[in-house]
Amino acid sequence: MGRSTYLAVEVSGAGRHPAAWLRPDAQPDALLTAPYHVGLARLAARAGADFLAVPDSLAPPSADPRLVPLRLDAVAIAARVAPVVPGVGLVPTVTVTHTEPFHVSKAIATLDLVSSGRAGWEPVVSRTAAEAELFGRKPAAPPAELWREAVEVVDVVVALWDSWEDDAVIRDVATGRYVDRDKLHYIDFSGEFFSVKGPSITPRSPQAHPLVVVRGDEPEALAVAAARADVVRVAAADLATAHTARERVRAAVAAAGRDPDAVAVLLDVEVLLGADAGSARRELDALDAHRELAPSSLRVVDTAATLVDVITDAVAGGAADGVTAVPLALPSGVRAIAADVAPRLADRGLRTPVAPGATLRDRFGLARPANRFEGARA
Amino acid sequence: MTATKQIHLAAHFPGVNNTTVWSDPESGSQTDFASFVHFAQTAERGLFDFLFLAEGLRLREHRGRIHDLDVVGRPDTLTVLNAIAAVTTHLGLGGTLNTTFNEPYELAKQLASLDHLSGGRAAWNLVTSSDAFTGENFRRGGFLAPEQRYDRAQEILDATRELWLSWAEDAVVADRERGVFVRDGAVPVVEHRGEQFSFSGRFSLPPTPQGHPVLIQSGDSDAGREFGARTADAIFSRHGTLEAGQAFYRDLKGRLPRYGRAERDVTILPATTFALGDTAEDAEEVADRVRRAQVSPQTAIAFLEQVWGRDLSAYDPDGPLPDVDPDPDGTSITRGRVRHEKDPAAVARQWRELAEAKGGLSIRELIIETTARQSFVGTPRQVAEQMDTYVQENACDGFILIPHLVPGGLDEFVEKVVPELQDRGSFRTEYTGPTLRHHLGLARPRA
Ligand SMILES: Cc1cc2nc3c(=O)[nH]c(=O)nc-3n(C[C@H](O)[C@H](O)[C@H](O)COP(=O)(O)O)c2cc1C
Repeated sequence: MGRSTYLAVEVSGAGRHPAAWLRPDAQPDALLTAPYHVGLARLAARAGADFLAVPDSLAPPSADPRLVPLRLDAVAIAARVAPVVPGVGLVPTVTVTHTEPFHVSKAIATLDLVSSGRAGWEPVVSRTAAEAELFGRKPAAPPAELWREAVEVVDVVVALWDSWEDDAVIRDVATGRYVDRDKLHYIDFSGEFFSVKGPSITPRSPQAHPLVVVRGDEPEALAVAAARADVVRVAAADLATAHTARERVRAAVAAAGRDPDAVAVLLDVEVLLGADAGSARRELDALDAHRELAPSSLRVVDTAATLVDVITDAVAGGAADGVTAVPLALPSGVRAIAADVAPRLADRGLRTPVAPGATLRDRFGLARPANRFEGARA
Repeated sequence: MTATKQIHLAAHFPGVNNTTVWSDPESGSQTDFASFVHFAQTAERGLFDFLFLAEGLRLREHRGRIHDLDVVGRPDTLTVLNAIAAVTTHLGLGGTLNTTFNEPYELAKQLASLDHLSGGRAAWNLVTSSDAFTGENFRRGGFLAPEQRYDRAQEILDATRELWLSWAEDAVVADRERGVFVRDGAVPVVEHRGEQFSFSGRFSLPPTPQGHPVLIQSGDSDAGREFGARTADAIFSRHGTLEAGQAFYRDLKGRLPRYGRAERDVTILPATTFALGDTAEDAEEVADRVRRAQVSPQTAIAFLEQVWGRDLSAYDPDGPLPDVDPDPDGTSITRGRVRHEKDPAAVARQWRELAEAKGGLSIRELIIETTARQSFVGTPRQVAEQMDTYVQENACDGFILIPHLVPGGLDEFVEKVVPELQDRGSFRTEYTGPTLRHHLGLARPRA
């Protein structure tokens, strides 16, 4: 059997479509409750998804009364579902432009701890003046600067994950020492944007390095993805464009001195599934009648079988290593993926079964990394 | 007859100082999630008001190196509390979060998320540590003068409250018929212009199940007490004896009228330790054993060095106190820890006298004598009686219990002391509401 086709599911609010909350099967009153998010995560786990992507942003909510202006902290959602939903990776989006790398590092390490090694994160930048205004510390910056800073954040976050060696806690009664401080390390990072001393206050986590997921669409972001990401997400209108995008990512990864086969490229696919193409189409038309949503990537408004064909073609044709399914409406969208898409993918032998207790790194064939500081003495 | 005052209990997860005994064979992982689950579920079985997590944002150092004698390391406060919310149903979830190394918009969103996702169980312990030492871990560094700590704390609190309460209570209508999710104008722009923060924008969440999270304060200076009297729902105090507790209680509650607040609006909870036994003698024996374990020979020397401000590693912990005097310039020998000793020379003099009066205590015996006495020692009935007395006689309104063991340090208390407190009629026999505000008897905050 060849490598598994990766499947991620992105869930946010009532779904990506701004009118999705109006559907009869939506749960607009439950969007801030834990059971709603646990339910979505359970469905993603039932679908055998490699991870659940939980978007986040500092972009201020719309004042339009017809839109859902709610946004919970994505790490909070991931941590809330982690202990009660086994068997799926958890990848919250984390904004890095106005936040503290030290806090981010221990938050994701802790998500890894409470999920027994299923954590990842997707760093994103905050580009607008409106986001900068929420902090009032610095003005909005151009993409090149934002992503240069984002690289520093990723580097600090990961270095802090290594600032504790795995066996730093020794509990040596004879010498009275709880830790071997030679196995705790200052990272002494000093960059263009900030400096961080370390070590982390949080020990090394089960995976050591939770997965780094980066969008590779923007040229400035692509460089970061190529140099730092374990998984790269791309958006593309069709499979031909996706193919080009994946080649671009692979070339950039190779240029960064890394093995392109070790970095999975996942194509975003917006989905609205129905019993037949016509009914799926009518459901989308009903949503678009309230407010139209232009596709942000390949969109499949059709049957589960068609979606499976598209995924099969995408992988066979080298357009992607897998997909991030983005339901336009929830919870119906993720329910359909669990009930109708996942079994068909399995039937085609596209999904390799995962050992119980597998970490998110295991799912992507990534070994637990060695510690850069091992052997170094403070 | 006045009604029996009801006791409030919180459970402090044993953490990074020497009260946590890691050398005991019963001591489990300090960071595995299973330890947090055990501890939190025990507190919930005991009908506690809330779980409490402390925080320190830089590993402590002693004589220029990371302090290695106590527990080191803990998970991220907010993330682990969100996870604990998944395995508990009523227990409040209190986290310590620094007011100096966080920004209001981000904190407001994170704490509101915890409160929404836990169904109204979040609490925030505002601490003001602002040293440059800790600041080295943050973008903004240790930029705050100590006298500005509470200005910033007050302003960050004002700003987060403006955000938390910015939406109308009935903002979300989710009316499919009319296609209206929020009432028009219900998501206003918050504009904050202050000394410490200047920001504007719309918040992304409505008032939480509790209105906003419960606020806890633990500073002890005059400015700290004033801040607590003005803003806090609960005070984590370190005044654990009957007399000191009563003095603090009178002082703090006496400050409330100035802010138009009533005594019942603020719950005072001192940090509290305990040792239990089947008989009073057993309990004393347990207390002694725990205190010895808390003060290893190496820890005794480290404590002494904190007062002396110099390297005392050549001294025998089982021998007499050093004959050299404290170094008047050596006070920063330990970093990342709040110091309460003000005059080292006076402390040294006092300790020498005490050691002599007690028939020549060794260094370790002296440190055990001066630092690690449990608040309550006795049989479960005796401890319940003493605790009840403290509350009925207004030394406090309840306790933040700090057991000495992870994860089982609360087990015996919940099994044996809680039923005694219930028999006395001064502790709940079931949770009567879903939110922490409800457990504490607090009103919903208003904008
Ligand atoms: C009982 C108690 C618990 C405290 N817990 C913490 C803590 O977990 N983390 C922290 O950074 N500071 C903690 N502090 C420190 C206070 O927030 C504050 O910085 C310190 O007491 C100095 O302020 P003050 O001068 O008003 O007392 C605690 C203080 C007290 C009295």
